[in-house]
Amino acid sequence: MLEIKNLHVEIDGKKILNGLTLTVKAGEVAAIMGPNGSGKSTLSYVIAGKEDYEITEGEILLNGQSVLEMEPNERAAAGLFLAFQYPLEIPGVATMTFLKAAMNAQRKARGEEELTPGDFMKRVREAAAKLGINPDMLKRPLNVGFSGGEKKRMEILQMSLLDPSFCILDETDSGLDIDALRIVAEGVNALRGPSRGMLVITHYQRLLDHIVPDTVHVMAKGRIVKSGGKELALELEKNGYADYVEAA
Amino acid sequence: MAAILPMRTAAEMALIERYHAEKATLPGAAEARAAAFERFEKAGLPSKRVESWHYTDLRNLLREAPPVAGETSALGALEFDDLPHRLVIANGRLVDGKVSAGVEMLPLAVALKAGRAALGVAMGEAIDSVVDLNTALCREGLFLKVTGDATLHLAFAEYVEDRRSVMPRIIVEVAPGVSFTLIESHTGPNGVAYQKNAVVELLIGEGAKVEHIRLNAGGDKALMLSTLAAKIGTEAELSSLNFTTGGEISRHQSFITYAGENAKLRLNGATILKGRQHADNTLVVDHAVPHGESRELFRSVIDGEAQGVFQGKIIVRPHAQKTDGQMASNALLLSDEAAMSNKPELEIFADDVVCAHGATCGALDDSQLFYLMARGLPRVEAEALLVEAFIDEALEAVTHDGVREALAARVSDWMRARKES
Amino acid sequence: MAAVKETVETVKTIDVDQYKYGFVTDIESELAPKGLNEDIVRYISAKKDEPEWLLNWRLEAFRRWLTMTEPTWSRCHYPPIDFQDLHYYAAPKKTPGPKSLDEVDPQLLETYAKLGIPLREQEILAGVQTSKVAVDAVFDSVSVVTTFKEELKKAGVIFCSISEAVKDHPELVQKYLGTVVPTTDNFYATLNSAVFSDGSFVYIPPGVRCPMELSTYFRINEQKTGQFERTLIIADKGAYVSYLEGCTAPKRDENQLHAAVVELIALDDAEIKYSTVQNWYPGDSEGKGGIYNFVTKRGDCRGARSKISWTQVETGSAITWKYPSCILRGEGSSGEFYSIAISNGYQQVDSGTKMIHLGKNTTSKILAKGIAAGKSDNTYRGQVSAHRKATGARNFTNCDSLLIGQECGAHTIPYIESKNSSAVFEHEATTSKIADDQLFYCMQRGLDEEEAVALIVNGFVKEVLQQLPMEFAVEAQKLIAISLEGSVG
Repeated sequence: MLEIKNLHVEIDGKKILNGLTLTVKAGEVAAIMGPNGSGKSTLSYVIAGKEDYEITEGEILLNGQSVLEMEPNERAAAGLFLAFQYPLEIPGVATMTFLKAAMNAQRKARGEEELTPGDFMKRVREAAAKLGINPDMLKRPLNVGFSGGEKKRMEILQMSLLDPSFCILDETDSGLDIDALRIVAEGVNALRGPSRGMLVITHYQRLLDHIVPDTVHVMAKGRIVKSGGKELALELEKNGYADYVEAA
Repeated sequence: MAAILPMRTAAEMALIERYHAEKATLPGAAEARAAAFERFEKAGLPSKRVESWHYTDLRNLLREAPPVAGETSALGALEFDDLPHRLVIANGRLVDGKVSAGVEMLPLAVALKAGRAALGVAMGEAIDSVVDLNTALCREGLFLKVTGDATLHLAFAEYVEDRRSVMPRIIVEVAPGVSFTLIESHTGPNGVAYQKNAVVELLIGEGAKVEHIRLNAGGDKALMLSTLAAKIGTEAELSSLNFTTGGEISRHQSFITYAGENAKLRLNGATILKGRQHADNTLVVDHAVPHGESRELFRSVIDGEAQGVFQGKIIVRPHAQKTDGQMASNALLLSDEAAMSNKPELEIFADDVVCAHGATCGALDDSQLFYLMARGLPRVEAEALLVEAFIDEALEAVTHDGVREALAARVSDWMRARKES
Repeated sequence: MAAVKETVETVKTIDVDQYKYGFVTDIESELAPKGLNEDIVRYISAKKDEPEWLLNWRLEAFRRWLTMTEPTWSRCHYPPIDFQDLHYYAAPKKTPGPKSLDEVDPQLLETYAKLGIPLREQEILAGVQTSKVAVDAVFDSVSVVTTFKEELKKAGVIFCSISEAVKDHPELVQKYLGTVVPTTDNFYATLNSAVFSDGSFVYIPPGVRCPMELSTYFRINEQKTGQFERTLIIADKGAYVSYLEGCTAPKRDENQLHAAVVELIALDDAEIKYSTVQNWYPGDSEGKGGIYNFVTKRGDCRGARSKISWTQVETGSAITWKYPSCILRGEGSSGEFYSIAISNGYQQVDSGTKMIHLGKNTTSKILAKGIAAGKSDNTYRGQVSAHRKATGARNFTNCDSLLIGQECGAHTIPYIESKNSSAVFEHEATTSKIADDQLFYCMQRGLDEEEAVALIVNGFVKEVLQQLPMEFAVEAQKLIAISLEGSVG
């Protein structure tokens, strides 16, 4: 599903990713853990196609197809979704307007019919209800004045509406209290399925209590230094990252 | 249709005449003087039809050009007398004082003739009639070269009994990496309609830090024109405060140009006016290179029939990306006849910038007054407290405690005098 | 007027508007010779069969105009205009337009399609020669117009061309014309006073709430308004009217110079809401051609508690020079100015407002959003002043500029003058660009760059769009996206 091969990335001449290789299969939920500054967020941005990063070497394949030459919106239409660590505020643009624009843009790119207003409303209402999102919030400008928890729920709402084939969750647990975390995690778990891959990026183990991964990868100094099952996360929680950072 | 040329005023004719009469004996910089004179002769004194002089109609205010003030030996009380290094400049001429090590000082005439200094070097793209007039006619002044950390107070004092004019020019070159504090105070007799046109040019080298404080405590009938022209080098910093309380008509202009990247500017103004005073703070901040930062904060308190003017222009030139400019002008009107005009401008040609300006104008906040009075303060004290706090924010830029306190004390004295009258 | 007769007349005037495309020049005697002198002014007045007082009024303006010079203080730059090289009068006449939409410039049609304009309306806008189909199409809109006119008549509202008003309601025209924008006001307003062609006249009687939005759109095919439009709107005591000017569809016009004058008068407790969408030809991709738009728009809140609100969406014209203003004379009166000004290509905009506080407890609000793209220059210029007697005056101003690309300029020039200590003025302005992060976020969700820019810009101007009547707002939103095409990448 997602294959990253020997990825080297620089920003302003500074090396951030250093030969990272990682494969996530369809239906698999992979977790990436690592200390601050290990390049986790860079990895998510590079996969999604943010400018400013220079890829000096390596390859990223989504369903066997290279995404490196694709614009962020083309990657999105190809099924890639990034739940941002810090979702952006867009003043003046009602959340509803934004959702409709995004859903229809992707449908258009895939050669599908635009949604009818009725169908669109129905989908949004259902998805919002599942995540405990107050319909009034959908009328407000996107993420403007939302609490940290509301923003994260909004990311998961978008994820469920856009129906991506591969999801990246970048520090989705940051800034969430335990109740908000549970709701968000339930939303994510509901989207797990045999044809969908997920990459969960986190600093702490606690998210992985709620979104239980199939595989865990430890990242340090820009590459994967150890891979294992979900028990690896618990080990990290106990012993910390120090050993891995040194080894890397 | 033929353009109609306005008639020359008596003052314009006298000034033109003076240049022709003195041309041969003016010290140095002949080309710069000739060019400045030519512009002045063409444009004349700026009237309110000139956009940048719209609120201060100099053509109308400067009715005659009195003779140049003569030498004087009188020395009265001076401002900030606790500062260690002070130069006393009476009627435009250096009469007393010395500079610290690290500051080289030359009389303007000597520096110009020797080619050590030039006129107008810090003006950047700015062109201004008042500066042109000074450039064309200035004789008195100083050239200062600062190569070591120093603090210097220039105490300008006028001792005139009749209408006289003074046109000093100060040129300061601050070497890279040096910290320099320059304090100007301007005092003069009340009741005398003297005219002053002082120009300070500051060339700030790479990484140097300059703090500039100017106190306008001119006489109550004086016409006080002043200009600060500064060029800020790479990673250098300039902080300047203009405090206006004196003069009948005052106009302080700041022309700041960024000559290198990552330079920082803080430009503040504190103005307290009463009676029929008129004070104009005009500034042009020219971000000619990327990564510049500027902060302007101007506070005016206006009483009586006085008029305040603030004109601030932030220019961001093409390619001056990542400029960060924030400008604010706030005015308090204390009487029904007081007036304030604000013109904060943004002129922006680069897209990756963050620029903002704000301007407010109004009376003291009733609810704040009420709150203080409910806590037991009499109205006048409550007003004084609010006014002092209001001006204080603009004074925060002054790092020298003694100077800042002296300026703050002027505000409280001013409020006390207001109560008593 | 019987519906049939009106239909015939309307149909006759459909192809009156002359468009650049498919327009065959046919010099008829109804076109005044080039140049401007007293004879031309007399000629115009005679052609329109005007009363003596109006002729004198025009002549006075013309003589005044001769002594004036063109203003040069705006930030707009253009070659000198030869005022003697223009026609100042062209009578409504029949000229053959394109025979069908197939003959119309495909680019124009593409824009119509993007705006979602129905095919039949497209034909009208593009000036397609009246065919059987078009007649039917017009018939629909004529019946709409007729219904409207009847309803207005019932309410006592006068809504007609200013020429008709001069004939049918001379007392009203004479009483109010030139009282807000005097003939001496400024170079272009004075020129307009001398040679104005036509425009709208609206009078709302006391206590009447105009039962519908009045729109030039409904009058578009009724007559040629020409390049020197003159509009006069009076809301008598307690009256209310909302007036829409312009059209989102790019109407082709071969007149390069436009100098319109709009005067609004609100008496006690009256309210006038004036909305404009201006989308005239901005010139080609190299900055050639395009309309010069020098407009004087001013509202006089003459009565106590009266209210005048200007809303404008300016996307067209090569040069826009326009400052819809409010004179807040009546006690407790209020003025509002909401503006979206978008410039792209080589367009130059110098626009803003004046809020002149003369009366007690007058309030005003200014919300201006400027978007500069391409190689354009976009200036907000606004004046807020409180005079001595304007006790308790309040103003809040917010102007924000957005820059798209590195070759455009955005400027903010406010003049804030207070002569009253109890007046409270607040002014805020910002200039910024669309954040890369916002763009990336939208693109990650599947929007392409142009869509993302349009979405963010629409958010940026939201508060102003909300001031427009609903159907106008939807069209304006599409128009914004179209105006910014080609601004990214």
